[in-house]
Amino acid sequence: MESTYYNPEDLKKFGNIGEWEKNLAEKFFSYYGDVFKEGDLTAREKSLIALAVAHTIQCPYCIDAYTQDSLEKGATEKGMMEAVHVAAAIRSGATLVHGVMMMNKAKKISM
Amino acid sequence: MIKSLHARQHQLAQQERQVEWLSNGIFKENKLPTFQHKLEQSGQFPLHSGAIEIFQINIGYMCNQVCKHCHVDAGPDRKEIMTRETTQQCLDVMEHAKIKTLDITGGAPEMNPDFRWLVSEAHKRGVKEIIVRSNLTIFSANPKFNDLPEFFRQHGVRVCSSLPFYNADKTDRQRGEGVFSDSIKGLQMLNAVGYGKEGSGLILDLVYNPTGAFLPGDQKALERDFKKELKNHFDIDFNQLFTITNIPISRFLDFLIESGNYEGYMEKLVNAFNPAAVAGVMCKNTISIDWQGNMYDCDFNQMLGLKVEKKAGQHIREFSLASLQNREVVISQHCFACTAGSGSSCQGATV
Repeated sequence: MESTYYNPEDLKKFGNIGEWEKNLAEKFFSYYGDVFKEGDLTAREKSLIALAVAHTIQCPYCIDAYTQDSLEKGATEKGMMEAVHVAAAIRSGATLVHGVMMMNKAKKISM
Repeated sequence: MIKSLHARQHQLAQQERQVEWLSNGIFKENKLPTFQHKLEQSGQFPLHSGAIEIFQINIGYMCNQVCKHCHVDAGPDRKEIMTRETTQQCLDVMEHAKIKTLDITGGAPEMNPDFRWLVSEAHKRGVKEIIVRSNLTIFSANPKFNDLPEFFRQHGVRVCSSLPFYNADKTDRQRGEGVFSDSIKGLQMLNAVGYGKEGSGLILDLVYNPTGAFLPGDQKALERDFKKELKNHFDIDFNQLFTITNIPISRFLDFLIESGNYEGYMEKLVNAFNPAAVAGVMCKNTISIDWQGNMYDCDFNQMLGLKVEKKAGQHIREFSLASLQNREVVISQHCFACTAGSGSSCQGATV
């Protein structure tokens, strides 16, 4: 094992996952490619969604890749930060909305 | 305003040092394959030019701007300028060889005192297409340039202008403080005389290049964004947007090295090598001429001092269509920028 869990060089080896299970890897990468093609959403909108999700799941590889990709797709730095705030809002909102569950439970068991 | 590499006596102001950078390090250590190797793998080495359709004349390195990524290392301090005698030679050769397109570049080509004479002469001699690579800010740099849009219109010039982004932040970071707002004014001046307007026949194209160490996105998608944003915010119309990949030479090479991005950027270019993009690269149909009349396969080779192969004749006075056609193109690792992804040329993406 390396001395750190994450190595930037590993991002370039993503395709190597096919060495141990070719069929599923091929299906995944083909699906992945199709997902990011322009559809009702533009390629830039998809890249910004990916960037926001990357921050939510805190995947360093994805943050690296989609920061670069968003810039290539013509996103502004401000727009990219807005996407991260969307992720943060949903995350914090998800935490807070569970406060209702807490309140329900507390009210139920309290006199 | 930053200073040119020449003014700073920077090591990369020397062409040989740039060529060394592109040949040594990661390429010499075989960490990355060379451009020649990639061409060989795809059966395209040696790379040969085709028929010459475009005469791209660089009439001087002087410019009113000092952009951070400039491959020419242009700026107000650069005094290299084409003389009328050399300009005349170019015109004579063009006429004799029946070259359809004259592509005038710089620096800011309008700063050459013979610029208007060159355009008028080419127009008079019936050159089918005259392209001027104008930086837009020149129109308002000095009152004597205010009437350039009208001059362009009268001579049917096709205007091709750099605008790396549709907002001030990214544009000014690359091209200098206040460049965006002056560029917008320049575009509005061009629109006012009919450029970019439907049915006018006056073509105004924009050139997008990334504002950092990354590749350009899809040309059509970026064109759509530029058209929408420039129309909504500034009521500007233009014809096409061309995406150009930043070439790792001169000031952009300096940026890559200084910011620790050189190896990563080169790796990105190499990994994005697209064999199908090779057929459309500009050295296939263009000859580049410097202010002294020397000939090159492209403007980038010009900046590296890599003249066309010797047997093709290296100076405009030796010009021979027969010797230059099908010449072997001089290549190095900077060529990867023209073949990455969708390809890159003075006319934008190549595939």
